[in-house]
Amino acid sequence: MSAFAALFRRELSLMWASGGLMTPLGYFVGAATLTPLAMGPDRALLATAGPPLVWIAAALAVMATLERLFQADLEDGSLDQMMLSEAPLEALVLAKGAAFWCVVGAPLALAGAPVSIALQAPIDRIPLIVAALGVGAAAFIGVGLVGAAVTAGVRRGGVLIALIVLPFFAPPVIFGAAIASGEDVEAAFLILLGCALGATAIGPFAAAAALRLQAE
Amino acid sequence: MLSYFANPARFMTLSAWASPIFLGIAFVLFAVGTPWALWLSPADYQQGETVRIMYIHVPAAWWSLGIYALMGAASLVSLVWRHALADVAARSAAPIGATFAAICLVTGSLWGAPTWGTWWEWDGRLTSMLVLFIIYLGYIALWNAVDDEDRAARLAAILCLVGLINLPIIKFSVDWWSTLHQPASILRMGGSAIDESMMGPLFTMAGAFFSLFAGLLMVNMRAAIHRRRVESSRIRQEQA
Repeated sequence: MSAFAALFRRELSLMWASGGLMTPLGYFVGAATLTPLAMGPDRALLATAGPPLVWIAAALAVMATLERLFQADLEDGSLDQMMLSEAPLEALVLAKGAAFWCVVGAPLALAGAPVSIALQAPIDRIPLIVAALGVGAAAFIGVGLVGAAVTAGVRRGGVLIALIVLPFFAPPVIFGAAIASGEDVEAAFLILLGCALGATAIGPFAAAAALRLQAE
Repeated sequence: MLSYFANPARFMTLSAWASPIFLGIAFVLFAVGTPWALWLSPADYQQGETVRIMYIHVPAAWWSLGIYALMGAASLVSLVWRHALADVAARSAAPIGATFAAICLVTGSLWGAPTWGTWWEWDGRLTSMLVLFIIYLGYIALWNAVDDEDRAARLAAILCLVGLINLPIIKFSVDWWSTLHQPASILRMGGSAIDESMMGPLFTMAGAFFSLFAGLLMVNMRAAIHRRRVESSRIRQEQA
């Protein structure tokens, strides 16, 4: 079994065992629930302003889970093992990101369906919103890998991660929200895909470079 | 030549007189540029007197981008050659760049109120500039959060290089999402669209902002180097 697949499976079972699935999901649904409470339950208002707010909830949910991404590996020495492995660290970071997407990103995108319905998004737009959330989650995670890697050694780095990744979350949020509200859907989706590809291409390299420093 | 000046001791002797010179040039240019921009240059035929905000807004915007680009170059040098002076330069430049970005945002908002009729518009240029400001803050926060200074330097350098992505987005935002902010009017195909009477004060102020940056950067870098020396001599004394 290749190192990539081994790490991918290890991460999946670790995140699964630690209830990794439920925490961001609960956070996502909770944050989205606050929206109609703050805006008032007026259906017409929610229909125009509500669906894009799914993206805020999704961005916050991913952000909140990033802190432990590399910290545990740094503390218990798994990171040193990864660096000793013959597989390039970049590939292993990508494996972690992929596992993170499976445990956090994909469920978040699926949960986006009922949440957007509750926020009065039109039913026929739901599949598109779910697909966009899945792609956007990949972009969030690609950026998040870098944020988590540069702050891995910092105690209670949660707020710091949020500050660092926040500006880079802006493009997926902008274009994802455009899709959710049904403006220029095709162009926005292509740009969102571009963000996800760019983040997945650059993220693992920058994150691996930072992790090498962290383990020194 | 760069490696000649990259020696910290040589930098200290050079900057000891270069930083007051730059600050002096900045003072002179501000002394010339401010009255020129605020009183002597003509008012705009459409905007009237509010156009004078440009002479602060535009140079601050230019150099907040320029400083980030310079930090990016310093970060690259720091990662590739592990040069301590490059770390110090990038770290010392960040608060100045953040301040320039803040000046740009605040003056832009003040300018927008009378001319566009709004203090803030979520247009591509304004948003990407705000993003640059937040990237500056994140960069500074990362430097402060990591205890080990060498590690902080290189982690911050990685972050800085990733953030470089934002610079072309800011530059071209006015062409990609053309809403309220005007497109480029000086560096553009077909020459500048700004009247020559406004170029003089604009470039004087741009020069003033740059000299101010260069002078302050050297002051900051000298302070950082002095602080490092004090710390290392304290450690040496404790060990002795």
